Amino acid sequence: MSLTPELILQLSLLLPVLASAAIVAAGGKPNLREAVTICACLIQLYCLIHLYLAFKAGYSVALVAWQLLPGLQFSFTVEPLGLIFALTSSFLWLITTLYAIGYMRSHKEENQTRFYACFAIAMSAVMFIAFADNLFTVFVFYEILTLSTYPLVSHAGTEQAKKAGRVYLGILLSTSIVFFLLAIVITWFVAGSLSFKVGGIFGSDVDSMLLSILLLLFVFGVAKAAIMPFHRWLPAAMVAPTPVSALLHAVAVVKAGVFIVLKICLFIFGPDLLASLPVTQFLLYLAAASVLLASLVAMQQDNLKVRLAYSTISQLGYITIGALLANSSALVGSTMHIVMHAFAKITLFFCAGAILVTAHKSKVSEMPGLGRQMPVTMAAFFIASLSIIGVPPTGGSWSKWFLLLGVLEAEQWWLMIVLMLSSLLNIVYLLPIPLAAFLPGLYSTKVATVTGLAVKEAPAWSLMAICITTLGCIVLFIYPQALYELSLAITGT
Amino acid sequence: MLSHLPVLQVIVPLMAAPLCLLIAKPKWVWLLAITASGLTFVLSCLLLQQVVAAGPLTYELGGWEAPWGIEYRIDYLNAFLLLIISAISTVVLFAAHTAIEKEIPSKRQTFFYVLYLLSLVGMLGIVSTGDAFNLFVFLEISSLSSYGLIALGKDRRALWAAYQYLIMGTIGATFILIGIGLMYQMTGTLNMEDLSMRLPEVAQTRSVFTAFAFIIVGVCLKLALFPLHLWLPNAYAYAPSIVTAYFSATATKVAIYVLIRFTFSVFGLSFSFTALPLQMIFLVLGLSGIFMASIAAIYQQNVKHIFAYSSIAHIGYMIIGYSISTVAGLTATLLHVFNHALMKSALFLALAAVIYRTGAVYLYQFQGLSQKMPLTMAAIVLAGLSLIGAPLTVGFVSKWYLLIALIERGWWPVAVLILLGNLLTVVYVWRVIEMAYFRPPLRQQPVDHSKQEAPYSLLLPVWILVAANIYFGIDTRLSIQVAELAAQSLFGVRQ
Amino acid sequence: MVVNKLGVAMDILMSAGLRIAGFYNYWVVISLMMTGFYIVISHGNLIKKIIGLSIFQTSVFIFYISMANVEGGSAPILNSEIVQYSNPLPHVLILTAIVVAIATTALALALVVRIKEAFGSVEEEEIQALVEKNKDAKAC
Repeated sequence: MSLTPELILQLSLLLPVLASAAIVAAGGKPNLREAVTICACLIQLYCLIHLYLAFKAGYSVALVAWQLLPGLQFSFTVEPLGLIFALTSSFLWLITTLYAIGYMRSHKEENQTRFYACFAIAMSAVMFIAFADNLFTVFVFYEILTLSTYPLVSHAGTEQAKKAGRVYLGILLSTSIVFFLLAIVITWFVAGSLSFKVGGIFGSDVDSMLLSILLLLFVFGVAKAAIMPFHRWLPAAMVAPTPVSALLHAVAVVKAGVFIVLKICLFIFGPDLLASLPVTQFLLYLAAASVLLASLVAMQQDNLKVRLAYSTISQLGYITIGALLANSSALVGSTMHIVMHAFAKITLFFCAGAILVTAHKSKVSEMPGLGRQMPVTMAAFFIASLSIIGVPPTGGSWSKWFLLLGVLEAEQWWLMIVLMLSSLLNIVYLLPIPLAAFLPGLYSTKVATVTGLAVKEAPAWSLMAICITTLGCIVLFIYPQALYELSLAITGT
Repeated sequence: MLSHLPVLQVIVPLMAAPLCLLIAKPKWVWLLAITASGLTFVLSCLLLQQVVAAGPLTYELGGWEAPWGIEYRIDYLNAFLLLIISAISTVVLFAAHTAIEKEIPSKRQTFFYVLYLLSLVGMLGIVSTGDAFNLFVFLEISSLSSYGLIALGKDRRALWAAYQYLIMGTIGATFILIGIGLMYQMTGTLNMEDLSMRLPEVAQTRSVFTAFAFIIVGVCLKLALFPLHLWLPNAYAYAPSIVTAYFSATATKVAIYVLIRFTFSVFGLSFSFTALPLQMIFLVLGLSGIFMASIAAIYQQNVKHIFAYSSIAHIGYMIIGYSISTVAGLTATLLHVFNHALMKSALFLALAAVIYRTGAVYLYQFQGLSQKMPLTMAAIVLAGLSLIGAPLTVGFVSKWYLLIALIERGWWPVAVLILLGNLLTVVYVWRVIEMAYFRPPLRQQPVDHSKQEAPYSLLLPVWILVAANIYFGIDTRLSIQVAELAAQSLFGVRQ
Repeated sequence: MVVNKLGVAMDILMSAGLRIAGFYNYWVVISLMMTGFYIVISHGNLIKKIIGLSIFQTSVFIFYISMANVEGGSAPILNSEIVQYSNPLPHVLILTAIVVAIATTALALALVVRIKEAFGSVEEEEIQALVEKNKDAKAC
């Protein structure tokens, strides 16, 4: 075959953009439009698998696309972390599209073409971020990701959706402009380079105070990673249609955030420098607080999607902790958690959406007994909850395992207690939902339970998507080998 | 022919203006005006090419030798400004014929083109001349015609705005005249090159200080630098929308040029920035301009007012780059002059299209416009993103350069403040976008939900400018190279 | 002694007075300039503002013309007997400036006529009130 890896890389970067144009062109015909989207997803996935195989075979693929300003260029390279992120997101793009077909049609949403087109643009931004070789490229597409997901968040056009959109845009844009951009400019000025390099790009003579400020600016600037106190956008954005929540929480947005934090910690600062900075410890406290507080808040929420949103904030804290610890086990844990959490959280959101579409329920308190009506959905919810908590036989157990190893390696005992405590909290706010759904008498006898209804599941497309992601949670537990090797390779190169 | 390039710039529109009066048929006058303006654009491209290839050009008017006669002098800075002005003027003129259809009665349309060309003459003249008094004359030509253009606005408040602008503008120009007189008294020359050589001998006299003060204040009035900006919002808001598009991109830019020319070339760097606390003054004024004008923009109901205040804020950015007084800072200023011309002309031209179709100037009238005029609103969104400074647009390029220059200078707090000010831009741009995209159309209007897109004669120029916003945000070679060359030559790093 | 001291003081005063008198053209210019400027700022009547503006501009013309005068110089007409001429250039310059000023005044007056037609007043306060009212009525 004459396709070189470089060409494939270009193709996989540009494909979603082209798909978006084709979607707009096919706007009038829903079937054609959806067919275009699915085809694009499949080709994209094929390209990425090709890239993965090329990477395994030892090819190094790099691409300098365009010099924007002197010294600042769009350049791309294939490295394991980006590959993991890109593969996960584009696989989940495919699944989400399947789900969206069922969901959007049965929910009779308006402006579906805008939805699919913006989704494709967001995906292309994700691809650009995943393979970006320098901070500048990352920043540019980070902003595009924000802007392209804004119409999705306020998709409904109601007063509440608009307000959510404003919060979303307000927090993400202002942090990225004030903190992230400033940090990038300072980095450019201090280090003279923005390229990701193993071991970091700062020389040994740089003032550690300045670097501390920089790290703070970076971590807060990438508000997509939703570290408290810049997490408000995530719960606010839950008014969006469920496929959008899936995009935000699992496929693109928050994952892009933690991905960038990981990249910055690893390839801008480097593990050694990170360990020597006093501010790292402070950020660890903050991330730990984020983990615990978000879990506590999640327990209070009756709206299922808001509860899941706070759960996401908490889980992102795990990944940030791993990135800040930056030893090899913690990094493997963080990287794997990106994938594991993506699969589990997307399943949970799919289930929440399915419940909304089929049973028209959005509150946790209305759900006991629902297991009779929607057994498959609730079973999937149960398995995905296990994965979030980190219990075998689900993928989440691996990532939490490695994260704990990393914490032990770094001898941060208190963090271990935080992680254990958080797992307990996860159990408290997630498991009761499926348990009560199947065994309504377990928690309360008074609640008016849903009984006497025949089995009525979500639309077939959506149900299929739920099954695939649930299966993914389990498969990732049984075959974590490939993912593990890729994760190990991140620092190994 | 090629050796006459510097003066042809000015001659072509100057000749075309009276011809327009003779023809007196709007359609033909329009074509003539476009031809003249297009010709100046071609000439300025040639000039830029020559200057980049062979260094600064000089031209002696009427063959009189330089210190006595009037000299036209084109270096990188002039060529850059000439290109911006003539390009924007030409693109805006393309839209003019349609845009003034509803705003200016047909018997006055010829006068519109005459005044337009005359103000073009004035601005090109200011930029190309190397003689201080000649500069004053051109300044008045452009100002007088701009008062007339603003007064052509349909709203009666346009008259009042024009009158206020006339008073302020004349005071500013007279201040400049006083300054030039004092300089002449001290040195006996009016040629800028000559002045710059003779002024240092007498630099420490009170007369020169006074001259400097008068010129700076006079230019700042023209520049609408906060707090001397009071004439600008109304003048922009009530002028015919095509005039707003034209002036927002050119008039204040020319004033920036005059400021740079006088402080850097005539008085010289060491005098301008060490003898006086100019740096601090401009920094403070620029920052307060950004904040006050942006906050004012957020509270405006008239969309043209919103973007007029935004212009004042953006002048603040340019002035801050200028006050850094390093090569990087000046490069940022010049880049922003170029970039801001692109974004504001695109925005105001798109507004002109909206006004043409719906007559909407108030924010509430923009409800649901995205369904009626999708292409025009998309242009406003893109130009608005450029104004915010989103990556891949020109706004980002100048923001980036300004930040780098500030940090290079060690002015961290200013960098942070600028980014905070930038957030205010997001707020007022988003007010417009949200109104257009996330509100249903007004009910009181006829229940015609069909698209009412602006005619192509308006859409095309708008999208040319929007495309330029994106093109020069991605391919920055031209703008950055010329801006850098100009800044370097002003600092004497390169001759 | 006392008389002597008084004499010295008188001398100083005289020389100061002479110095000031020697710059009398500038004093004229400055007082005219400030008068004109003050009228522009303080008066609400649009015509008076224009008058003030004209006085302001005229002061600058006088400034240019007076600075061209060279002590003992005569009018710049070429003649073999004359050794020193006054500087003709400022006169030429100011001719241009006068033309500009006339144009400005004419345009300003024309605008005032139109303003009177449109607003029915030439008083700044009344016009401003009408403008504000217009703004409030339409914006909501």
